[in-house]
Amino acid sequence: MGTLSKAARSMLLSELVTGMSVTLKAFFKPKATINYPYEKGVLSPRFRGEHALRRYPNGEERCIACKLCEATCPAEAITIEAEPRDDGSRRTTRYDIDMTKCIYCGLCEEACPVDAIVEGPNYEFATETREELMYNKDKLLANGDRWESVLARRLELDAPYR
Amino acid sequence: MADFFFHTTPGQLLLIVLETLAVLVPLLLGVAYLTLAERKVMAAMQLRKGPNVNGPFGVLQAFADAIKMLTKETVIPSGANRMLFLFAPFLTFSLAMVAWAVIPTGNGLAIANINVGVLYLLAISSLGVYGILIAGWASNSKYAFLGGLRSAAQMVSYEVSIGLVIVSVLLAVGSLNLNDIVLAQRNVWFCLPMFPMFIVFFISALAETNRAPFDLPEGESELVAGFFVEYSALAFGLFFLGEYANMFLMSGMVSILFLGGWLPPLGIAPFTWIPGPLWLIAKILFCLFVFIWVRATFPRYRYDQLMRLGWKVFLPFSLAWMVLSAGFLMVTGLLPGGAG
Repeated sequence: MGTLSKAARSMLLSELVTGMSVTLKAFFKPKATINYPYEKGVLSPRFRGEHALRRYPNGEERCIACKLCEATCPAEAITIEAEPRDDGSRRTTRYDIDMTKCIYCGLCEEACPVDAIVEGPNYEFATETREELMYNKDKLLANGDRWESVLARRLELDAPYR
Repeated sequence: MADFFFHTTPGQLLLIVLETLAVLVPLLLGVAYLTLAERKVMAAMQLRKGPNVNGPFGVLQAFADAIKMLTKETVIPSGANRMLFLFAPFLTFSLAMVAWAVIPTGNGLAIANINVGVLYLLAISSLGVYGILIAGWASNSKYAFLGGLRSAAQMVSYEVSIGLVIVSVLLAVGSLNLNDIVLAQRNVWFCLPMFPMFIVFFISALAETNRAPFDLPEGESELVAGFFVEYSALAFGLFFLGEYANMFLMSGMVSILFLGGWLPPLGIAPFTWIPGPLWLIAKILFCLFVFIWVRATFPRYRYDQLMRLGWKVFLPFSLAWMVLSAGFLMVTGLLPGGAG
C-alpha cells in the first residue's frame, strides 16, 4: 500500500502541485519590502549608530574629559587629549573617533558618567573617502546639535531599563 | 493596392518585410518585458517588490537594462576564437527569431504557412544547440566549455521526448501543418485528452530552454554562468534575448500543440468576440507565467537526476503513450488521414 500510494503521488505530481500552490499564495500576500530611501524601518531607542557629543541646554559641552570611553573602547578607536580651561573646568582639547575602527558596541556610551558621548539613530553616514570617517570633536559636537532632540528622547525612553 | 503587394516583386518583398516586422517588433518588446515580468513575479513570490523605481511600477527598467547592456564594453578573451566567439550569440538570437516564421497567430496568419511547420520548428530548436556549443568552445574557458557540454547534452536528451510528444499530437491531427494542428482542436484542446503528454511537453520545454529547475548549464554555484561566462555587453545581451525568445517560442509551441492556439476556450459568443491573436497571446503569457512560477518554486536538479528524468522517465513514458494513442486511434477508427 505504501509503495502504491507513493507511486500514485509521484505520478500525480502532488509534491510539485503543493510547492507551486505555496508560491502562488505568496504571490498575493502583502510584501515585506519597504521602499528604503523613502520609507525606513523602525529603530529601537537602543540602536547604536553614528556617534554624537551632547551639550547641556545652556550650550556647555557635557564631556568632562574623564577618558572612561577611551579606556573602555575595545577597538581603541577613541583618542582624547585634555587640559584645564581658563575657568578651571576640565575639558577636552581633542576628541577623535576613528569610525573605521569603531565596532559600534556602545561601551563608550555605557561608560560615560555624564551622557556626553552617545550613539545616535543615524546609520546613513557613508562617505566617499576614508579620511572623512576620522571624526574630530567639531564633527561630533555638530552631530550632537543636529540630533539632540532625538537623542534626548531616546535616552528618556531607555532610562527605565538602565 | 492589394495588386501591388501580391503581384509585383518589390511589393511582395515589402510585404514580407512588413510581416516580419509585425512579428519581430512585438516579440522583442515582449522579450524585454519578460525580463521585467520575471523579476516582478519572482519578487512577488518571495514577498519582495522587485524593480519599482524606474517609471511607474518599474516599467522603464527594461529600457534601463538595455541601455546599460549597449553601453558596456565587449570583452573578447585573448585565447578565444574571435570569429566564432562573436558568431555564437548572433546564431542563438537569430534562430530564436527565425522560428517565429511558422507560428500561426490566426487562421492562416503565419509568415510562412508551410506544410512541414512542426518539422521546421524541431529543426530550428535543434540548431539552437550549435550556438551554445560554439559559444562554449570558442570562449576557451573551462567553465564555458563544461557549461556548453552540459547544455548540449541536456537539450539533445529532452529533444527526444519533445519529439515523441509531438508525434503523438501529430497522430491525432494527421498533418504537420501548424494551422491544421490548431484547427483540429476546435472541439477539444489537446491538453485535456493528452494531459500527461501536455505535462511532459511542458517540463521538457523547461529543460530545452535551460530554465530552472533544469538550469544546470548556467548553474551559478558550480559553473559561474555556464557557456556565456566570457560574454559581456551586446554579445551577452543577444544570448539573454535569445534565451528569453526561446521561452516565448516554447510557450508558443505549447499553446499551439496543446492549448488550441488562437482558438477561444469555447466557440460561443462572449469568447468569439475577442480576436484570435489575442487568445494566442493570452495563452503564451499564461505559459510564460508558469515558466517563471516554476522557477520561483523549485530548486535546481542534480545533473544525474536530470538525465535520469529525461531518458528513464520521459522517454519510455512518452513512447508508451505514443503507442497507446496510436492503438486507440486505430481501434476507434479516429485515425485521421484515411489510414486503415
